[in-house]
Amino acid sequence: MDVSLAAILPQIFTGLVLGMLFVLLAIGLSLIFGLMTVVNFSHGALYMLGAYCTVFLLGFTRNFWVALVIAPLMIGTFGLLIERFLIRRLYGRSPDDPLLLTFGLSLVLVEAAKLIWGKIGLTLDPPKELGGALNLGFMAFPAYRLFVIAVTIAVLIALWAFLTRTNVGLIIRAGSRDPLMVRALGIDLNRIWLLVFGIGCALAGLAGALAGPMRGAYAEMGVTMVIESFVVIVVGGMGSLLGAVVAGLLMGQVVGMTTLFAPKLAEIMVFVVMALVLLVRPSGIFGEAGLAE
Amino acid sequence: MAALSAFVNRHQVIAFGAFFAVFPFLMPYKALASQVLIFGLFALGFNLLYGYTGLLSFGHAAYYGLGAYGTGLALAKLKVGSIWLGLAAGPALAVLGGAAIGFFCLRRRGIYFAMLTLAFAQLLYFIAFHLADVTGGDDGLRGIPLLPIHLFGWKIDLEGSLAFYYFSFVIVWLAVAVLKRILDSPFGAVLQAIRENGDRASACGYDVNRVKHLSFVFSAFFAGLAGGLDALRLAVVPVESLYWVTSGQVVIMTLLGGAGTFFGPFVGAGTYLVLGDRLAVFTERWPLVIGLIFMAFVLFLPKGIWGTLVDRLPHRQAAGVKP
Repeated sequence: MDVSLAAILPQIFTGLVLGMLFVLLAIGLSLIFGLMTVVNFSHGALYMLGAYCTVFLLGFTRNFWVALVIAPLMIGTFGLLIERFLIRRLYGRSPDDPLLLTFGLSLVLVEAAKLIWGKIGLTLDPPKELGGALNLGFMAFPAYRLFVIAVTIAVLIALWAFLTRTNVGLIIRAGSRDPLMVRALGIDLNRIWLLVFGIGCALAGLAGALAGPMRGAYAEMGVTMVIESFVVIVVGGMGSLLGAVVAGLLMGQVVGMTTLFAPKLAEIMVFVVMALVLLVRPSGIFGEAGLAE
Repeated sequence: MAALSAFVNRHQVIAFGAFFAVFPFLMPYKALASQVLIFGLFALGFNLLYGYTGLLSFGHAAYYGLGAYGTGLALAKLKVGSIWLGLAAGPALAVLGGAAIGFFCLRRRGIYFAMLTLAFAQLLYFIAFHLADVTGGDDGLRGIPLLPIHLFGWKIDLEGSLAFYYFSFVIVWLAVAVLKRILDSPFGAVLQAIRENGDRASACGYDVNRVKHLSFVFSAFFAGLAGGLDALRLAVVPVESLYWVTSGQVVIMTLLGGAGTFFGPFVGAGTYLVLGDRLAVFTERWPLVIGLIFMAFVLFLPKGIWGTLVDRLPHRQAAGVKP
């Protein structure tokens, strides 16, 4: 097949944008899992709610920038409530139980979204400032998509600074290494767990808010995304934030490239890559063997 | 009451047969009874893996779907001409799929296992979706004939919901007897030992991974048989058979009924389907209600309906086994 560079380059950027969404979702999942060994199945539903909240806030405030800031905060707050009133009851029980509970929750949220906003999805436009395409010299690319890449990189840097440069970040990292010892030092880990769960959910909300103007908002939008994010953290190594970033970007490129060369295989390739990684390196690219098994 | 529960406890397979022999007459309509029976079998397969071996699979739609496609393809495309051969093709395909996918998924334990099973089921879904020449894709696999069965020179026509119910009943009853045999065997004891403490079972000299793999394959067999029966019941295999929603349904059914209990899967399938059927009259969004009930069960009644009931029975302590 003869595919010119002019066709491949935009596709690399499209894959990069998708990869950024994967990274935002996977890093939240991985952060929560690394600290609490909880897999949040409702992450996809929160992503979906992030997109709907943006639509709702846009209608309310008529200002995309305000919506983009407030929607993730709303989802983060919702995440705090989920941890405090649902997940917290399950500590000390089988690690399967939070997965089952959040699965039920995601079912409820998806159905509730259909009830409130209807079965047919809503579309929303990118803000006027980011409407057109930007000429990068070698090609033109939609400005909004470049903005998504920039926001994700900024958030990742902020998250990295938070985890490595602040006291709370230090406690989070210590808590995922050895919760017992952190407790012995007199630190209330319950509050840390609450915070981390909220941050993870806010990241899912942000991913949804960013995705809205590109992909629209519809009730089922989070379902395939959360399953693909699971694949991302299995490939990257569970609990590894670097792994989530690398595998997320990798999966974005895998989907982008297969869409270009063999569109029918795009959804399948993600799982094929996962199977290959499992064969060669069962703990994932950056994973430690035996973590929370 | 105590005598009845003691009898049910001692003769589980007979009790199962007695109850489901009259079951269609307790149901609002006969087709629902067949559905409960078939989804109960599906949940029974899932329960063998989750309830007895302690492995949470979030991708059991894969084996149910493979079973449905196996039977459907054998009868509609290969025209095997015998309902028995067609029905056997389903679980056969599911067993092959279970052996292969189980190999991959069992490379990781715990929560990873759940996510991997889900991922592989989605993989099969997308394959079936895009292989429209073979599977019918989004339209589903159509044209599955419900052939009559020939038994000792008799020709029995299965059209008609009561005839089909009793046909499924006999097969599901046999499957229940096989499950009972598996659970009562030394192999069944090892399964439960692995659920309770995998490391200890390993220290006792059992090849834990091999036993888990076998349990996975058995579980896929039951799920595949249920899929095959459902293909006959519906005369079509919708591609959603392989979708994650189907996996979710069987998880909900089993937990509602009671994971790790003998009758729990059937109790759960009955509760889910009858409740869904009644709720659908009022609202299209009935899964919302089921989801809330499911969450309440995970939080407050993790043993499910049957498991909670059994705990309250008088003979429970004396007998020391779960019916």
